[in-house]
This record gives sequence, structure tokens and C-alpha cells, in this order.
Amino acid sequence: MSKGDPLLEVTDLVKHFPVKAGAVVDREVARVRAVDGVSFTIREGETLGLVGESGCGKSTLCRALLQLTAPTSGSVKFLGEELVGRSARELRPVRRQMQMIFQDPFASLNPRKRVGQIIGDPLRLHGIADGAGLRRRVQELLERVGLSPEHYNRFPHEFSGGQRQRIGIARALALRPKFIIADEPVSALDVSVQAQIINLLRDVQEEFGLSFLFVAHDLGVVRHVSDRVAVMYLGRIVEEADSDALFARPVHPYTNALLSAIPIPDPERNAARERLVLEGDVPSPIDPPSGCRFHTRCPWATEVCAREDPPLVAHLSGHLAACHHPRHVPATASAPVVAAAESGSAAPRSG
Amino acid sequence: MSALLTVRDLRVGFRTDDGLVRAVDGVSFDVRAGEVLAIVGESGSGKSVTAQTITGLTRAPNATITGSVRYRGQELVDLDDAGLRAVRGEQIAMVFQDPMSSLNPVYRVGDQIVEMIRAHRDVSRAEARERAVELLRSVGIAQPESRIRDYPHQFSGGMRQRVMIAMALALEPAVLIADEPTTALDVTVQAQILRLLARLNRERDLAVIMITHDLGVVAELADRVLVMYAGQVVENGTLDDIFYRPQHPYTAGLLGSLTRLDEPRGRRLPQIPGQPPSLLTPPQGCRFAPRCAHRFDRCAELPELDDRGGTGHLDRCWLDSEHRQRLREPVVVS
Repeated sequence: MSKGDPLLEVTDLVKHFPVKAGAVVDREVARVRAVDGVSFTIREGETLGLVGESGCGKSTLCRALLQLTAPTSGSVKFLGEELVGRSARELRPVRRQMQMIFQDPFASLNPRKRVGQIIGDPLRLHGIADGAGLRRRVQELLERVGLSPEHYNRFPHEFSGGQRQRIGIARALALRPKFIIADEPVSALDVSVQAQIINLLRDVQEEFGLSFLFVAHDLGVVRHVSDRVAVMYLGRIVEEADSDALFARPVHPYTNALLSAIPIPDPERNAARERLVLEGDVPSPIDPPSGCRFHTRCPWATEVCAREDPPLVAHLSGHLAACHHPRHVPATASAPVVAAAESGSAAPRSG
Repeated sequence: MSALLTVRDLRVGFRTDDGLVRAVDGVSFDVRAGEVLAIVGESGSGKSVTAQTITGLTRAPNATITGSVRYRGQELVDLDDAGLRAVRGEQIAMVFQDPMSSLNPVYRVGDQIVEMIRAHRDVSRAEARERAVELLRSVGIAQPESRIRDYPHQFSGGMRQRVMIAMALALEPAVLIADEPTTALDVTVQAQILRLLARLNRERDLAVIMITHDLGVVAELADRVLVMYAGQVVENGTLDDIFYRPQHPYTAGLLGSLTRLDEPRGRRLPQIPGQPPSLLTPPQGCRFAPRCAHRFDRCAELPELDDRGGTGHLDRCWLDSEHRQRLREPVVVS
């Protein structure tokens, strides 16, 4: 399937949070390296899946992409235009094009507003519709996401979790965006309702020609919806590949471990697969390990891993991976070919 | 093998301003020694209320509890508080979802375990402390001698859950009820905790009741599976029965709607329409009928949980065996 032109180009994006202390004057005593040099590209009509454990920087990355938090350094280009450093006013036209769907449908809808207002406010604020036209647009959106136009005057508490997530999707679609960040859109929902929302997201993607950044921890869901998948660990992307390739031949040991940690809802396949159970917990992003950040938990680590930070490089299989001891790499391709193909250098940063 | 724990026609209702919520509505099952029983269901299916009622945790002024819960023949439902204390922890212990709110943040972890042991056993502080160290070691906590002096916030989520499991095992119970013990944890840590539970089950012959919504966790750990829907058990079978020969349309629908790593990407997922019913006004007849693609006239009457095939695989569905075969065929969705 051929995808369109680059829509979102992220280069070397960094977001550090200062940790301050001091009796009279606060001084910076440390930095939380939440996002620490991330590069990737999303093309028109494409879905990039983003997976990683809590604290790996997924949510900070999403917020930094939308400029909801100012990145420390790096570049975010949307349709070729730089977003980093723009003022709120300058960002406004771009914000129409980039929307977000949140994880918790109970916290992301204002309980004191009616559904019509929740979905209609973006249209009104951007001066796209008002009055009867606004009402018609909102009711069309409600129908599109599988709700009834009569729901216009209801409050969020009158809806179930799945229906609320539909309202959140209608709100995100209201401005006809090109790009939607979906941050764990189904993980708060009941299992029997998840499939409905996943199918709905696919349908609207096709209909509206949307690109998605789909953040989730459920690898089955991510594989199902994503064309490509990026795996994050402690503020970095450690592997990125086509969805099928990533799941069939994971290169990075962390990807291998994640895949083998997730229980498969099929007893025989679950028992038959290879296991790589990691010891310990994710280290603190305040003082990440030297060299490869994963070496403290990696079963394949050698002394080079503690010393040198492996760059994200392209392997012949089409994977990008940051590892000194990659797996599932054809023997002839054991020597990494080029530095991080298209997305520019993601080489180790010093400081 | 005779059952360690028998639950018969358990009903738990809560009076609320909106009316009576029938959270658990006629639940029956057995737990045998050394077996892992998974109770799987969505939020509001009654799985947690069932588990909490076993240890008397749902007793409240607005709750009505009827039916029977017997542990080694002893009735627990109408047992007084002192009697219940002798069962709780000693015979049946419980681990909850959120390990942060289950530990007291202002007491050292070791002191909490010591206090718990000394409340039940006539041992000295030093002996209890020794036992605490040994327990922490047995659940995989490194340097337990120094870690017992730490406070809960100094432990990570996975480590706190290990502490909770250690505490639950302190009095050597025969049954451990684990209510979504890994839901709050990351997947790599979840894998560690599931492995620990499997080891304890094997080494100590500990019966485990695992409450979860995650069919992956079920596949990983369970011997038998109860599927709950709207306060009732809709299916009860062995692990393979449930995953490879589901007999209830809800179970089959849940399994079919999962994204699977062995299916081609991009297909439309078979989905169950609608959402679970309100427990204030559950549907007449079969609770799942309004969402069921296979419903027919008879579903207006509530089916009993029954062993219709004579194989020990129980379900609450009127479909005949021919229709049941069809439940397992791939679903075509428009």
C-alpha cells in the first residue's frame, strides 16, 4: 500500500523537565529526560503505532508534538512548516489540522456541558459554523460515530464509556483534521466494546483520509491498526519497523521482551512461544544508565553496551533499531548499513 | 477431588438511591485445592463483588447477601466477625489491584508484615521479623534484610505487589484471591508477577482465584475459567473448553473480537453490538439476549447454568449443540 507525502516530520525532539531545589533561589539540580532525541516521520493516510511502558515518554512526546508543552530542542514539521517556537496565535491554524483522542472518556469530557456544545465548540471557536448550521454539523458527526442525533442535548454522564469515547472521536473529527493523536483510546473500555471503537477509528480514517499516531500498550491492538510501529524505552525510540516485520522478527531485545511478556489469549500459542522475562523495573529517566539505556535489564548485554550508546540504524530487513546485538538480522546484514535512513541522524546525544 | 470452597446461588444486592443493584445474581462454583480458577468478565459483571463476598468484605448496611459460601464445609455467609477473622488471612487471603493504596504509606513495610503476623500468631517481634524477611525473599525481593526497613514509596509498583503477595502468604492460607493483581502494572512487570503466582500455586499447592478482564492473563495462568456477565456466570469450563470450545455466544463473541497476532492486519474485527446492561433493570430472560446474534424465542426465559453436554462444561444458553458448533466458526461481518 503506497502512502502519501510526509505529513509530520519529527527530528531529534527533546523534552527535559528541570528538577529544582534550593532554600532561597531554586536551582536546577537534575533533569527528567522524558523525551531524549526522537525522530520519525508520519505520511499522509498512515498510522504509526507507538508502544512502551509507563514513564517511557509516550505521553510527553504526544504533548510535545502538539506544542502543548514546549519542546526543549528539536524540530516538529507539519506539512513542511516548523511548529517549535511558534506562538499560541501562530499555532492556531495548525491546531485545526491536529487533534487528539484521550484515554479516559470519563475525564476528557466536561461534565457540565451538553454533547452538542462539546462537539460544537471547536467549530464555533474556529468560526466554521454557528446557529442551525452548527447544530446540523454536530448531528451529522454524532450519526457518523454511531450515536443518535437526539443525543445532542444530553450530558456526558448519560453515556457509557464506549459511547463517551465516540463523543471524543466526534469532537476530534469536527474540524476535519488531517492528523489525530490517539493516546490509549481503547484501554479504558470494556473488552466487548473495544472492537467497536477500533472498527470506528478505521472507518473514519478511510473516510477522512486521516493519519494517526496511535499510542497504546496493548500490542495486539497496535499491530491491528498500525502500518508501522515504534517502540520507546526511557525517552528514546529503540526500534521502528513495518508492523508485520516488527511482530514477526523483532530486532531489539526490548521489543523481544515486550512481545514475550504480553499474554496471548490462546493457551496453546501462549505456552508454545519463546519467553524472555526481564528482571527489574524501568530505571529512572532522571539518571538514565550509561551507554545503551536498556543494558541494565538486557539479557544479551555485554561490556560494550554499558560503554557506548548504540545509534538507531537501518538494518537490511527494513528495521530501524538501536542495539549492539540485534536479533533476527540476516547474517549478511549484520553490519548496519546507513545511519537512520530517512529520518536524519538519531545518533547518541551528549548532554 | 473434593472442593475446598463451594459457592452456591450467591446473591449480593446493594440498595441505592436509584433502586436495588443486583451486583451478583445467583452465582455457583467450586474451587478445588491447588487449582487456579479465573473469573473473567467486564466491569460491572460482578466478578469483584463475588470475590469480596467470599471473605465478607461486601458486608454493609445497604447490602443483602443470600446463598452459601462454604470453606471446607464451614458456612461463611452468616459467620460472625470473630469467626470471619479466623478465616481471613489464615485460610483465604486476598491481593488487590492497586498495591499503593493497599499498604499504609507511613509505616515501614517490615513493620506492617510483623504487625500482621503478630495479630494472628503468638510469636516474638524478632521471630515475626525473621519470618517477614523470609517471606519477602520467597516472593523475589532482593536484599530483604534491608528492604524491610523501607517505606512503601521506596518500592516500585511491581515490588509493592510482591510485598502484598508476601503478606497474603504470611499465614499460609490455602486459597489466594487475586483481584486484578497485575492491571496497574506494566507488561514486563506483569509477566514477573504472573510467573510468581504460577510458582506459588505449584510449590505450595495454593489454590488461586484470579479475577481479571484480560483473557491473555487467563490463558497464561488458569486451570478453570468462569465467564461472568451482568452478575451471572454464563459459562464454566476448563481452560481449553473456554478458549477452543466456547458454548456461550458471549464467550465466543469476546474471543472473536480480540485483536490477534496470528490474524492478518486490517481486517474488520467482529464486534459485539451494544453494551452490558444496567444491573438496576437487567433484561428479562437471558441477560445477554439483547446483544446476541443467535437469540430466538426461548431466550425470553432465563436459562440455568447447566451441564448440557454432560462433559462438565457448564453454560447458561438455550442453543442446541448444532448451533453451538456454529459459534466457533469465523464470523463474517459486513
